[in-house]
Amino acid sequence: MSELLDRNITQRTLRKLDDPKPRRTSRERSARYRAGRAIGYIAMIVFAAALLTPFFWMIMSSLKSANEVFSVPVQWLPETFVWSNYVEIWSRSDIITWIRNTLLVSTVVTLLQVLTGSFAAYGFAKMRFRGRDVLFLLYIGTIAVPWQSYMIPQFILLTEAGLSNSLVAIMLLQAFGAFGVFLMKQYYETIPEELSEAARIDGLSEYSIWRKIMLPLSVPALASLALLTFVNTWNDYLGPLIYLRNPDLWTLQLGLRSFVSNLYDTNYALLFAGLTISIVPIAIIFMLGQRYFVEGIATSGLKG
Amino acid sequence: MATSARTAAPPAARKVPQHRPGSKLRRHNTIVGWSFILPNFLGFGLLTLVPIVVLFYMSFTNWNAFGTADWVGFANYERLLTDGSFRISFLNTLYYTVLHIPLTIVASLGLALLLNNKLRGVAFFRTAAFFPYITSIVAIAVVWNLLFSPDSGPINEVLRAIGITEPPGWLTSPEWAMPAVVIVGTWRDMGYYMVLFLAGLQTVPRELHEAARMDGAGVWQRFVNVTLPCLRPTMFFVTVMLTINSLKIFDLILVMTGGGPGQSTSVISQFIYRRGFEENQFGFASSAAVALFFLCIAVTVVQFLWNKKRSV
Repeated sequence: MSELLDRNITQRTLRKLDDPKPRRTSRERSARYRAGRAIGYIAMIVFAAALLTPFFWMIMSSLKSANEVFSVPVQWLPETFVWSNYVEIWSRSDIITWIRNTLLVSTVVTLLQVLTGSFAAYGFAKMRFRGRDVLFLLYIGTIAVPWQSYMIPQFILLTEAGLSNSLVAIMLLQAFGAFGVFLMKQYYETIPEELSEAARIDGLSEYSIWRKIMLPLSVPALASLALLTFVNTWNDYLGPLIYLRNPDLWTLQLGLRSFVSNLYDTNYALLFAGLTISIVPIAIIFMLGQRYFVEGIATSGLKG
Repeated sequence: MATSARTAAPPAARKVPQHRPGSKLRRHNTIVGWSFILPNFLGFGLLTLVPIVVLFYMSFTNWNAFGTADWVGFANYERLLTDGSFRISFLNTLYYTVLHIPLTIVASLGLALLLNNKLRGVAFFRTAAFFPYITSIVAIAVVWNLLFSPDSGPINEVLRAIGITEPPGWLTSPEWAMPAVVIVGTWRDMGYYMVLFLAGLQTVPRELHEAARMDGAGVWQRFVNVTLPCLRPTMFFVTVMLTINSLKIFDLILVMTGGGPGQSTSVISQFIYRRGFEENQFGFASSAAVALFFLCIAVTVVQFLWNKKRSV
């Protein structure tokens, strides 16, 4: 069975990988084909090693004792696995507060972004009205404008509104991005117009069409947007850095960063345990929703 | 973008009669349409559009921490032109951009071509390639800082093992700090652009490859003459995004080097941050921000026009 499957894949890959002329004898084909495959696998292993070694090193270091992290020559595996780092980090830092803040901000931002983004995208994709195209151009145009260029006036405006040094500021900052509108609009445009037409004839209002037809049909796109937004907010460093002065409000990224700069004799093993903890939720979310991540990013690139 | 939206307009809307009753329907449509966009637009307008407009005003004032702002005309811009550390930041940004763009394109396109084959383990590999992109910048910076450590870091240890007796000082040396940051930047970004290239590769018609093969084109010839031309829209989008993302590079540098050693990795965004948030020279910082704004817009427009010219 597996052999059969292999030959099947073999033949398909054959055409793609080194595309030999069909007239060639089968022995010639398989030799060239095997060489190509071998090169492919070697390249894959090299790339994978380059991509994953830093993670491997991080996790291994989180299980070392404090001195072992910097030992020369480098020790890739800890002598004894110091699991207590993962216990100590909870008591020796405010990591619980940081996680709570990060979780709160990420969840609220994701909800707001998905709701307002898909709502606005319906207007852009399925409605015709004056000013629509100009407005959309404004949205698209800001994708080329880096946040770093307007972070100062934005900070001043939010400070004037009394929101600096608050989690609300971080939520507002992230929740209304043009990207979400763009992503959802791309998806809605693939949904046949006849569906909403038929619903209109049946007497559904535009709002009901959005809620009863578009939302259920766009679950994959909503999932993409939700996952990308959540991860981005979870990992955001600059926003919290500028707005959050009060340590009680720190997010995970700020907290871990302060861990590096504040302690003179930083216990790096402990720090690595904290970093690993900060990555685990994102890794799990990513593994579960990988398909949606990839689709979301691919869609955003389709219409340069 | 606007033209494509217009051509995609629903056919039903065109059936709307052109006389009086239509105008009432149109007004109704406008109101409903705006009501859809409004919730998002409130946030978007107040937190993105208004700040951009205010930015231009601020750059012509001497706005400082006390909120007093006098109109100073082009004084900030004149100062910017003669400011030594802005010049350094500007050149460093270009340096990063020029290194980062080709490196990332080659790496991510290579990854995409590799993954486009049906090799075993491709699914796992794609996950691995994407992983750095979803990892927080703080974790990336801390881990790579130690990996790059000149005396006790694994990277230099490997280099010494393969016979390089005096490996670079990486983040501690002014010459090697920027290349080190570029390496980490490429490592982080290549999974993201790989996904874009993979999507682009799906649009390359099989028949073209078959035809080229019939004509006796080798693997490399087919890549240059078939794959690359078909990838042009993707390549365009990737280049634009990469350019903007490189020009605004900030968080990676802030956590990895803080702009140092000396000013060897200081970039425009960091210049804005320093003058604005650390020294409270909001007016002066805004003029640098306007420069960054126009740099990104100009590069995007140029690339857009170039792409148009070539596709005609």
